[in-house]
Amino acid sequence: MKTPYSAFSLLRGAFNGQKHWEPAWRDPEPRASYDVIIIGGGGHGLATAYYLAKVHGIRNVAVLEKSWIGGGNTGRNTTLVRSNYRLPQLHNFFEFGLKLWHGMSDELNYNVMFSPRGAMFLGHNDGDMIKLAERGDAMRCDGIDAELLTPKQIAKIEPLLDLSRNARFPIDGAVIQWRAGTARHDAVAWGYARAADALGVDIIQKCEVTGFVRDGNKITGVETTRGRILAGRTGICVAGHSGQVAGLAGLRLPIESQTLQALVTEGVKPMVQSVVMSQSLHCYISQSDKGGIVMGGDPDNWPSYARRGQPTVVEGAIAQAVSIMPALSRLRMLRTWSGVTDMSFDGAPIIGPTPIDGLFLNGGWCYGGFKATPASGWTYAHTLATGKPHELNAPFSLERFMTGATIDETAVGPMPNHR
Amino acid sequence: MYQIACPHCGPRAQLEFTYERTVDAVVDPVADAATAMQALYTRANPMGLDDEIWRHTYGCRAWMVLTRHRVTHEITAVKAIGPEALP
Repeated sequence: MKTPYSAFSLLRGAFNGQKHWEPAWRDPEPRASYDVIIIGGGGHGLATAYYLAKVHGIRNVAVLEKSWIGGGNTGRNTTLVRSNYRLPQLHNFFEFGLKLWHGMSDELNYNVMFSPRGAMFLGHNDGDMIKLAERGDAMRCDGIDAELLTPKQIAKIEPLLDLSRNARFPIDGAVIQWRAGTARHDAVAWGYARAADALGVDIIQKCEVTGFVRDGNKITGVETTRGRILAGRTGICVAGHSGQVAGLAGLRLPIESQTLQALVTEGVKPMVQSVVMSQSLHCYISQSDKGGIVMGGDPDNWPSYARRGQPTVVEGAIAQAVSIMPALSRLRMLRTWSGVTDMSFDGAPIIGPTPIDGLFLNGGWCYGGFKATPASGWTYAHTLATGKPHELNAPFSLERFMTGATIDETAVGPMPNHR
Repeated sequence: MYQIACPHCGPRAQLEFTYERTVDAVVDPVADAATAMQALYTRANPMGLDDEIWRHTYGCRAWMVLTRHRVTHEITAVKAIGPEALP
């Protein structure tokens, strides 16, 4: 049993030089076989392992990570958590996750610094406002909070927005979800890793999957850089590189990989209270707990695995942010980053079985991976434990592209690069 | 930002070009449902070279096929397509 993180533990440590702390998770050698192998030690993979052990009692589980845990897209996002989607399949799924976010620090005994500060989508014209009202209505019909704001109400929350009529993007209103917010991205991976490890899950880092062990149409294990490991069920959870890993099993996925960029400025005193987004633009603005303004979220609109984006995309994001919040122009940029994201062909994720027995897929997260972490883990654990999807991830099957049941929030069609 | 050598205009800033889809994603109008679905909805998505259809949207507006590396962005071949490519 690990020493719990608490004020009491800290106080106890004051008398022994804080020497009673143990590593947050073990560094085990891989065993010859497991009940379940999860490929990918990001937030989603670790959450899946945690819920497999906690909810389904399956503890003979390994999480295989080719580099270090949380080093992929879990560490390369804009840390936003929200459930404000119009389509019921999406908002019900993300709302289930949002509820888990609200209790996550207690559940994991790890401070994930979840800060429900409100997330608002700005509308810049009549068309935007109609779409926002429609979205808010759809959410409220399913019991999710959404509030339509007038420019006067917005000014009270975000006084630095350019609310004048001659702004480049005049602000006509917004819809806000107060229960949405931000979280500390690394802590989510570490918290799930520590909690899963305590339940007996093996987290094996620096272990790259190089192939699958096949028996007819069944996957019975994986070949890795640390040898062959057998498994009852194998789950791919490597969004960004889903096509690569699924390709090792001979699958072609409805996914194209693109890089998605964001940036952070120097730290300043509180100036952005909520998370500001826009219906017409694609720039998210929020302030981290350290004070840096985090902006961005736009992809290079062509396939790429280069974890360095094009400067023109960052320039575009900054131009948009400065046009709606001019005071940002005074800040200096600290750094930019980019992550490789799975862009699926309808903008919704894929979680469920594949045509190959024993092989499951969780990927295609597009812009929405981080906020989905707990819901993704919960439903994927259910799918891996029972072999069947949970009611929340049933709509996100791989077959939906063949059957025409796509979940296209932005109604773009099968063009990931236009989304 | 890198440059793309348009077969008609010569080297131009990549910003002038837009990506459309890969060559193997063109749907044959007489293909059966399964083949059409494969073309429309699935990609090889390699971590290496792939043949991609791009358009010089903010230039001569012609279509072309780039053989482009998806990690290094190196372009190894550019081929004109469409009526302009005919002799």
